[in-house]
Amino acid sequence: MKITKEIIESHGLKDEEYKNIQKLLKRNPNFLELGIFSAMWNEHCSYKSSRIHLKKLPTKGKQVIQGPGENAGVIDIGDNDAIVFKIESHNHPSYIEPYQGAATGVGGILRDVFTMGARPIALLNSIHFGSPSHPKTKSLLNGVVSGIGGYGNCIGIPTVAGETKFHETYNENILVNAMAVGHVKKNKIFYSKAKGVNKAVVYVGSKTGRDGIHGASMASAEFDDNSDEKKPTVQVGDPFTEKLLLEACLELMKDESIISIQDMGAAGLTSSSVEMASKGSLGIELELDKVPCREENMTPYEMMLSESQERMLIVLEDGKEEQAKKIFSKWDLDFVIIGKTTNSKNLTLKFKKQKIAEIPIDALASNAPIYDRKWIKKKLPQTNFKLKRLKKIKIEDALIKILSSPNHSNKSWVTNQYDQMVMCDTAQKSGSDAAIIRIHNKDKAIAVSVDSSANYCKSHPITGGKQIVCENWRNLISVGAKPIAITNCLNFGNPENKEIMGEFAECTEGMKEACEFLNYPVVSGNVSFYNGTNKKNIFPTPVIGGIGLINKLSKPLGHNLKKEGSYIIQIGKTFGHLGQSCFLKENYSITEGKPPEINLLNEKNNGKIVLDLINKDLVLSCHDISDGGLITCLSEMAMSTSLGVKIEKPKKLRDLSEYFFGEDQGRYVLEIEKQNIKKTEDLLRNNSIYFENIGITQKKYFEIVGEMKIDTNALFKINNQWYNNY
Amino acid sequence: MKSSVIVFPGSNCDRDIAVALEKLQFKNQMVWHKDTSLPKSDLIVIPGGFSFGDYLRSGAIAGKSLIIDEVIKAANSGCLILGICNGFQILTETGLLKGTLLRNKNLRFINRDVNIKVMNNKTKFSSKYELNQVLKINIAHNEGNYFTSNQHLEELKKDNLIAFKYCDEKGNTNEKSNPNGALENIAGIYNSKKNILGMMPHPERMIDDIISNTDGVNLFSSLLN
Repeated sequence: MKITKEIIESHGLKDEEYKNIQKLLKRNPNFLELGIFSAMWNEHCSYKSSRIHLKKLPTKGKQVIQGPGENAGVIDIGDNDAIVFKIESHNHPSYIEPYQGAATGVGGILRDVFTMGARPIALLNSIHFGSPSHPKTKSLLNGVVSGIGGYGNCIGIPTVAGETKFHETYNENILVNAMAVGHVKKNKIFYSKAKGVNKAVVYVGSKTGRDGIHGASMASAEFDDNSDEKKPTVQVGDPFTEKLLLEACLELMKDESIISIQDMGAAGLTSSSVEMASKGSLGIELELDKVPCREENMTPYEMMLSESQERMLIVLEDGKEEQAKKIFSKWDLDFVIIGKTTNSKNLTLKFKKQKIAEIPIDALASNAPIYDRKWIKKKLPQTNFKLKRLKKIKIEDALIKILSSPNHSNKSWVTNQYDQMVMCDTAQKSGSDAAIIRIHNKDKAIAVSVDSSANYCKSHPITGGKQIVCENWRNLISVGAKPIAITNCLNFGNPENKEIMGEFAECTEGMKEACEFLNYPVVSGNVSFYNGTNKKNIFPTPVIGGIGLINKLSKPLGHNLKKEGSYIIQIGKTFGHLGQSCFLKENYSITEGKPPEINLLNEKNNGKIVLDLINKDLVLSCHDISDGGLITCLSEMAMSTSLGVKIEKPKKLRDLSEYFFGEDQGRYVLEIEKQNIKKTEDLLRNNSIYFENIGITQKKYFEIVGEMKIDTNALFKINNQWYNNY
Repeated sequence: MKSSVIVFPGSNCDRDIAVALEKLQFKNQMVWHKDTSLPKSDLIVIPGGFSFGDYLRSGAIAGKSLIIDEVIKAANSGCLILGICNGFQILTETGLLKGTLLRNKNLRFINRDVNIKVMNNKTKFSSKYELNQVLKINIAHNEGNYFTSNQHLEELKKDNLIAFKYCDEKGNTNEKSNPNGALENIAGIYNSKKNILGMMPHPERMIDDIISNTDGVNLFSSLLN
């Protein structure tokens, strides 16, 4: 087949990229080779626009065993235990086919984790939909939630935490980010780097079909009005087969048979074989006739680019074939030697006894393009609204408006569709600041949380980038965990647009500052560009997934109030920042202004002291203050208990809306038993921490003295309406 | 007390039940579905999960697997059999328990803690519970909507074969306290000889206060008596 301009374009390759291919090969590529280049050089696989910015992020630390560059990041949690985790996007496929898109997103990220030898112990997700009134939102919400549940429930890994948000910026491009967390013995971690020549390259798992061909390229382009036609590029998931693959792989990993292992994710057989060879500075030769195929007459092009799910590539130690094969046939899975490692440093493909492609591995991997795209800085936006000029609104009414809004409503409609309890180590389920998962058969546990704040990032990317790292850090602190490391999923628009590239550069800069200051390294992650339709880009939406450690797990605190008559302490200073607040958005439809400032020093000090108080058993319940401010935080602590609070108005004269709804950062609310109040206050004073004793807990009523008094149960009902009525 | 847990491809509560049994001092063994003989057991557990991916119909393929013949033989000779969730579905597919489990009424997977009431505390599975005791147990299923013929329902009632019913905190069984649409709020049933119990809720998830509660413990300790 002659390679025409149209063919090159349809492979998503730019003119200069094609010329580069000719130069690297010293000839014209054939059609198959062109397909392979396009699969490896697209944005999704090559990180060509993001790489130079990602380099800034701190990736090392005392507890980091493996940073970015492997299937997932690995951290040390002591006693030969390690945690493997990563987050990944499946945005484009989920918009086209929500159930399968979301399901295979979960399946893909699980494989990244168990490829490294870890048994997955928790799943999390961050899902963003368009406005609830958009005609597609309801079916997308339904499809995505049941897809996430369908996969995780069947494979039997608890889905323990996440966020579900709505905003019109995602009307034509939803976000589906899935995170998986696994546990492994530190001395049993598996990597993707191949070693040794003439070692068997083994294909295991499902058969290869025609699904998902060019999926990664699809995810590297904007949508247009014809995006529905892209349905065939979406993969189809089979969680049952993945469960078998998981058990078979973990069984094989018990001994020393595996030299290297890599899952076939984006760009399938192509990227898995190239990555293994590239990391080991080797070549790889595949005989495509041997690839197990689901359909008849599949071409080499289809085999190399299919993104059929639940497949792995393994480089096996000599003499281990029989034993390994036995394990896979026990689990009724394909196990076929399809090639070998070579010292040629080429990807060599054979079909029907003929050589049909030969490409230097370096050309595909290390010589993939890297772009320093143009970008511009964003100025700190001015705040134009004057609070005094806005129509006065009662505190109670404003609170009710927030608690009944889609973004703040109780999400049990979503989370009840996920099995959160299977594996019996979920000590704290979703609905709290972070979920807590016990390490099986141990006293220790990890806390996990995923967070994003797209409106802050849109308004001022550097601040937003910092804020989201801090919020995630705070969420782990709130459940008594010491934050260790994060993974990030960076969802942005078209990087060829300099404003969007600026959002990316500045968000990562903000993240870098916060991660460095908090000693909170990034160990894995994923970038998703081209989130937009018809040139309309989404808000910059970096999502952070954090892991913290709890050395000795006791009954989790939770954020629910525990005892009548205890004190309510607010840690951190309230300035009353309302720019970008949900108070303005929900009550006045005002979305302007700058995001709240981040003071990293206060953030760190406040967090440390809260963790210290929790560890000293001085805290009955704890919740961080985030969007919606102090009063929303307090109401969340009261709802679903039979208790309420009695809060005094601030003594100094100030605007009550600012005080109760301001979204100043670095703040927490603690419930402290009467007998512990002196000890707590002394500790806070001795550490020069700003705090206020703002009230007490009481039976039944949520009260702000002289301002509002409402039955907690009524608040609970208000908070539980939206999903059930949608 | 010796127990065996049958493992099918796609079982995913097999480890959880094994942990619970061992915690209660059962001598437990895992048995692979392709095995053709069972180790000597006083109790056989068919665990929850998605055996064979729930393809065709939940429990249908597992109900025809090799080991099931042995389970049926053991059941007929009086061995105690416990089927939880998918295990309950499998037991109805084998005919060891009558009735069937339909799709949840709201057509969605449901995972949450629900209250169930002990309807009979005179069996080997329930002697440590009080009659009408209300337990808080986790459910997690797509198809937990129990249904059976009128004739069988009468038999269940007459012979006191209803093991548990979904209820509220106070023990009221009504439509509001019925999570999945099950006939008469039925959450678990016995066979006529009361040596087989099938139930949708997961007692193995409720054996540890740090994780949940200990409302499931007495089911296992009853069996030890």
